[in-house]
This record gives sequence, C-alpha cells and structure tokens, in this order.
Amino acid sequence: MTTVLEVRDLHVVFGEGHNKVHAVRGISFAVEKGECFGVVGESGSGKTTVLRALCGLNTSWQGQILIDGRPVPRRRDPAFCRMVQIVFQDPYGSLHPRHTVDRCLREPLEIQGIGQRDQRIADALDAVGLDRSFRYRYPHQLSGGQRQRVGIARALLLEPKLLLLDEPTSALDVSVQAEILNLLVRLRAERGFTYVLVTHDLSIISHMCERLIVMNVGRIVEAMPVKALRERTPENPYTQQLLQASLGYDRAAVERFQTFD
Amino acid sequence: MAEVMNDPDRPLLRVENLSVGYVTPTGRVDALRKVSFELGREKLGVVGESGSGKSTLGRAILRLLPKSAQIGANRLEFMGQDLLRLSEAGMRQVRGRQITMILQDPKFSLNPVMRAGDQILEALAIHGRIGRREGRRRVIEILKAVRIRDPERVYNAYVHELSGGMGQRVMTAMMVVTNPMLLIADEPTSALDVTVRMQVLAIIDDLVTRRGMGLIFISHDLNLVGSFCDRILIMYGGRIVESCRASELHNVIHPYSRGLLESLPSIEHPKKVLATLKRDPAWLAGP
Amino acid sequence: MSGEAALPAPGLRAWLLAEAPTSGWQAACGRAYRGWRVFARNPLGMVGLAIVLLLLFCAAFAPLIATADPTLQDLTQRLQPSSAQHWLGTDRMGRDTYSALVYGSRVTLYIVVLVLVISAPIGLLVGSAAGFIGGWTDRILMRITDIFFSFPRLVLALAFVASLGPGLNNAVIAIALTAWPAYARVSRAETLAIRKADFIAAVRTQGAGNRRIIFRHVMPLTLPSVIVRATLDMAGIILTAAGLGFLGLGAQPPTPEWGAMISVGRENILDQWWVAAVPGMAIFVVSLGFNLLGDGLRDVLDPKMT
Repeated sequence: MTTVLEVRDLHVVFGEGHNKVHAVRGISFAVEKGECFGVVGESGSGKTTVLRALCGLNTSWQGQILIDGRPVPRRRDPAFCRMVQIVFQDPYGSLHPRHTVDRCLREPLEIQGIGQRDQRIADALDAVGLDRSFRYRYPHQLSGGQRQRVGIARALLLEPKLLLLDEPTSALDVSVQAEILNLLVRLRAERGFTYVLVTHDLSIISHMCERLIVMNVGRIVEAMPVKALRERTPENPYTQQLLQASLGYDRAAVERFQTFD
Repeated sequence: MAEVMNDPDRPLLRVENLSVGYVTPTGRVDALRKVSFELGREKLGVVGESGSGKSTLGRAILRLLPKSAQIGANRLEFMGQDLLRLSEAGMRQVRGRQITMILQDPKFSLNPVMRAGDQILEALAIHGRIGRREGRRRVIEILKAVRIRDPERVYNAYVHELSGGMGQRVMTAMMVVTNPMLLIADEPTSALDVTVRMQVLAIIDDLVTRRGMGLIFISHDLNLVGSFCDRILIMYGGRIVESCRASELHNVIHPYSRGLLESLPSIEHPKKVLATLKRDPAWLAGP
Repeated sequence: MSGEAALPAPGLRAWLLAEAPTSGWQAACGRAYRGWRVFARNPLGMVGLAIVLLLLFCAAFAPLIATADPTLQDLTQRLQPSSAQHWLGTDRMGRDTYSALVYGSRVTLYIVVLVLVISAPIGLLVGSAAGFIGGWTDRILMRITDIFFSFPRLVLALAFVASLGPGLNNAVIAIALTAWPAYARVSRAETLAIRKADFIAAVRTQGAGNRRIIFRHVMPLTLPSVIVRATLDMAGIILTAAGLGFLGLGAQPPTPEWGAMISVGRENILDQWWVAAVPGMAIFVVSLGFNLLGDGLRDVLDPKMT
C-alpha cells in the first residue's frame, strides 16, 4: 500500500496578539491510496482548518505535508492543483451564481490548459449522474443535490490523487444525502480515488470510511478503525461520549456528559 | 380552559384538516394539505425533509404566516379556544404566553443588541405587569432551571458572547418563563454540536415533563426524533403520511417512511449501499 | 402573466425560456429575457426606460426631428412665444427653442455616456481589486478613493475647467473624476461580501490567479450594483453638467446645451419664461427618467435591496 498523504506535526495559528487562535495543534496522520479516511470533530475542533491547509487555501501552516512522499509547496502551483481537490459543504455557496454548469466545469480545464474540454465535461457530468440537459443551466435552477453533484464533477475534472470532502452532505436532505454518498462510494470503487472525509456525523463516517481520527480543540484525541465505532469500543472518553451522543437521545447517558477542553 | 388544565387526559391541541396555501404569480402552492392530529401532554415529533411543510405547521398553529397565506381548517383548537377565530389581539395573548416557539439558531432568533436577561425579562413584561426586581428574580430562576451555572453572568451577556448551546438555553428559558402549556420547537438543536444537542434536549425534556407541557418537536432528523419523542408524525408534500409511536419507528409501513429509514447510514447496522427514495406521485395525493 | 407588450414569436420565446438550454449563448439570452420580463412588470421602470429611449431617439435623429438649425440667429424673431413656425418659441437671439432642445439632447447624451464609460470601469476595477486583494492594495486604493470623494463635484469641475479652459470635454473629464469613487465604494462592498464564498475558494484551488478571479468571477457579480448606482447617479451628473453649462463652463456657444440655454433665458425669465423653463423641464424629465430606470433595474439586478 502506498501512502498518498502524510501529515506530520501540523500547526495552524490564526490571528495575532489576543486574537491568536491555535486552531490545529500538532496533528499527524497518514492516508493510504484508495482508502477513505475520516476526520471527525465538533465545531471548533480544527477539522475544517486541516482540510483548508491540505488543499492550499490556508498557507499559514507549520509542519510537513507530503503527497506521494514529496513535500507540498506552500503556494499552490498548477501541478499541485492536479493532486488535491476539494468538495465544499454548502451547495448553495460553492457554485458561481452567474456561471452555467458548463462554464463552471470548463474553468479548471482552461486554467490548467487541458484540451478536449467538451468531451471531458460531458464525461464528468455522466460520471456524477447528471443528465446532459443540465449542462447549460444556472445554479439557481438546480436543487441542492444537483449542485453538489456539479461540485463533485468539478473536483473530478482535474483527476486529483486526493479528494477532500468537507461535510459534503450536511446541507442536504436525508434522501438526497443517500444519493450523494452512494455516488461517492461508487466513484471511489470505479476510479480508485483517495478520500479524506471531514464530518461531525459518525454514522456517515462509519458508512464511508475504514479508518478515522477524532479531533477536539485542535488535537487528535484518538485514531481508530471504524470497527471500533461499530463495536462501541473507543478508548478515549471523548470519543465514547461522542459516540453515545450520536446513537440517539438517552436521558440517563446525558447526565454523565462532561466537557473536554 | 380550566378543565383542560386540570385534566391530564384531554388533548391540549386538536387540529383537523388544516390546510395552508400561498397565492403566487404562477398559481396556488399548497404548503399544508388537510393535516389532522391531536396533541396531549406528550412529546410529538414532526419529521420531514425540506418542503414537507413541517415548519409551516408550527407557524400555522401560532398564525405566524405571511398575509399571503390562506389558512383553513375544520378545527384548530388549543385548550378549548378556537385559534382560527381569535382576533390578532387575542392571538397575541396566546403567543409567547400559552404557546411558545423555539427556533433553530440563537444567533438569528435572539436580539443582538439586548442583553440576554433583558430579553427574557421582556417576554415576561409583555404578558403582564411585573416589577423590575421581581422580574429579575424570575429570570435568574428560569436561567437556573435551564442549567446555566452562572446565571448572573449570562443575564448581562450579549448574544454574540454566548456559545450556541448557551444561546439555545437562553432561548428555551425565554420560551418557558411565561409558563406556557405548549412548546413548539422548530429544529432547536440542528445548529448545535452533537453533545451539546443532547444536553439541550435533556433540559427541554425535563422542563416539559415536570410542567406537564405539550411539545411539538419539528426536525429533519428521524433518528433523533425517534429517540427523543413519544410519538412521531412523518410529513411529505404537506401531508402527514404516517404517524406512529416512537418505539414503533422501525415498523413503519408507508413507503416514504420506510425509504427514509433505509436511506440513513447507521453505525450499528452497516449497509453496502444506502437505499434511495423513489418518489411516487401517489404520496402527494394522500390517503 | 404580463409582458404581452414585448412577446416575441412563439418559437423564439420557447427557445428563450427553454428548461434545458443547449448552449451557453442560449442560457445567457434566456436569463436576460427572464430579467427583462421581471423589469417589464414595473410600470414606473418602463416609464423611465421610455424617457431614456426618447432621449436616445432625439439624439440619433436630431436632424430629422428638429425644425430648424438651432444655431441660426434671427434677430427679427427674438423672444417669440410658441407659434407654428417656432413650436416652443425663440430665445433672445432668435434661435428656435425646440430645435435647440432636440440638438441639446445630443450634448446631454454625450456627457452621460462619456462620463459613464470613463468612471464606471475605473470604479468597478478599483473597488473590486481593493476589496479582493486586501492589505496594502486595499488601503492605498481606498485612500485615493477617499481623496477624490472628498471633492464636491461642482467645485472640482470648476477648478478643472478653470485650469484647462472651458469646453465640453473638460467638463466631462471633471465630472467623471468625481463620479468614480462612489462606484469604487459600492464595488468594494460587494466584493468583501463575496470574497470568502466557497465558489471563489473553489476556483483558487484550481489554480486561478488574482487577475482571473477578479475579472471573471468577482466583477460580474459587482457589476449589477455599479450599474444601478450609476443609473441613479445620472440625474446628478446631468444636473452638474447643466450647472457647468449655466456658468458658461460647459459646452461653448454655438453648441446648444440645456444648461447654457437656461443661463441665456435667465434675463428674460419673467416675461418670456419659456426660454428658461423648457430646457429646465427637459433636464427634470431626463433626470427623472434615469432615476426611475435605475429603480427598476435595481428590482431586477439586486432584488434583496428593495
């Protein structure tokens, strides 16, 4: 198994002076080729910050990020863009309101100077299950699920080694979520993508991933296989509490909840 | 009304054939179609996806819909009062006092330029004269009831200084301080982290049970409603497609309800592929 | 559904309103057509549009519409009231008021278009760049904007023509210099709102540089607000131009210009009121037209502001 992504001692600090926020404090993990790696945490855990540092949207990180064994540049160069792509959480904000779907998908190809654009766009739409009739529509004419498919198609066009998924279904209805999750599973099986999936929802992680890390206030609290979730054997009390809360409302269990800071 | 207050078996709310429609440039849009149910002193969950009409239901009961909405019902009765025939002034006596509503995000539902305690005080003041000292005492008391450990600090805090969970507790406090009989909660915990969510739900659970209130819990989260509520209504396309006891959730029979259940990923019961819903237009036609 | 007044042939209409367009061009036309339908529902906006179109028409076909040469002086016909020969009378040099009005529309249009063409792109670019790049670029550009903003329009225009000499082009430059800061501010405010959006982050991760993002992603979104603002500004620009003309610093005689016409008619305003009132009415109507048009456009382009 080859390691596609390796993160060593990642630190991310925002702001200066009193406003300094140490969002990520020394994270290390590795992701193998073709796997779906889960990052779970509540708000403020730093999980989204890790993703943004991985795809280059945040350049003020310290530590090491290696893709295929080679360190990534702090400022993205075109080659880097073809290695890592990201699917955003909010389908309503991730597409330019004035660009048609075609234009949206053409953009990365034009920026990277890739040819055969019409064909590639058509193939990408097919891959995510969007009919040709959607090609020249504007985002406001699409539903949330359809927009998210466009977001996924856009990320696939550059054929990245690593696909980062930032809560890809949290803004969608339950039935639409199922379609998108099935699509992501299918794409991974067909094309061998490697995913890093960030979410707060343990049930999605347990469906999609084999391994996961749990983050709290910028640190990794526990790294475990998904099996441990299913068998309810996490070792860390924070993870146990998170798992308990994810299984449903249990009045007695709530009494025992603590704050982990 | 006194009989209903004292008699725990009579339903608090009776809704029969409630319909809400909007007139738009492209024709009439039905948000609710002939919804009927009864609510006693229990926790009733209303589950649906976007467009199912669940939020419209909560607002229709309080008559908080825009003027362009047309509400009609055979019966919309709360503790013996006909809510449809009440004047606006009469409704104002009901809202915030007998029936209250908790909304989703305290960042948007609480006033950003008033202190938290003052907002709760205002809720009291609207519904009756109350001295400043007595009012403050009651506010501190209710803040303690929602498990806020330092009520003095929270009284003087502004909304942006409070965390999400704290804000929802303030909102809950504001909505129970007038001792209502019915609480409508519209996605009250959807914006919260999962552990905080459980804590806020426990507070609502305790308050509702201890005071013998009725609770309508509107949410998109079927599992949450199944574990928190006593009874569940599942809505689709403005109709109630199924109702069941929470303990019987896994035995639902309507294809939409089954579809929803089977499309959820589960930690305990892994599935290879999540079932996707095939929407049958017959579901919109109703029983 | 209203819109019967501008109903294209059924085939074209179907093409424009198609659910699933088959080309980018069709999609863009369809969107423009839908926007037009929303605009057409607003009667006041249509009135504004009609006035602006009338202005364009007069300017374009002035030689055909006017009844006489506006610069022709006929001292035997001084200060005549409305008659068959001179529909709106004559001024103190015997020039036909109606023809001067019609030809004056050319000057007004010239000023409006030139000011717009100069100031709007500058404002749009400065504001979008400042808002998007941030940091020192933002600070420097905004301080420059503030400096230009702080000049009262007429005073700056006066200073300009005083140094460069009176004339239409100098007046246009002077007005444009004071008009662009407002568009820069509007554009910057819009840019700040969309800078953090995911669709901008997405195109960054694809490798786009600042220039591409500003021109192809940010500016198309800030353009509507600038258009609305510019249209509403038109009234003020016309008045400023008229003011300069009134002071003799705009278009120089014999070019007919509405402001200058008011100045000329000032002396006889009590007895031969039409000489000053007619161009004054024209200025009023055209300013009103642009205002109504701007309001109507705002409803279409930026509905959240209404």
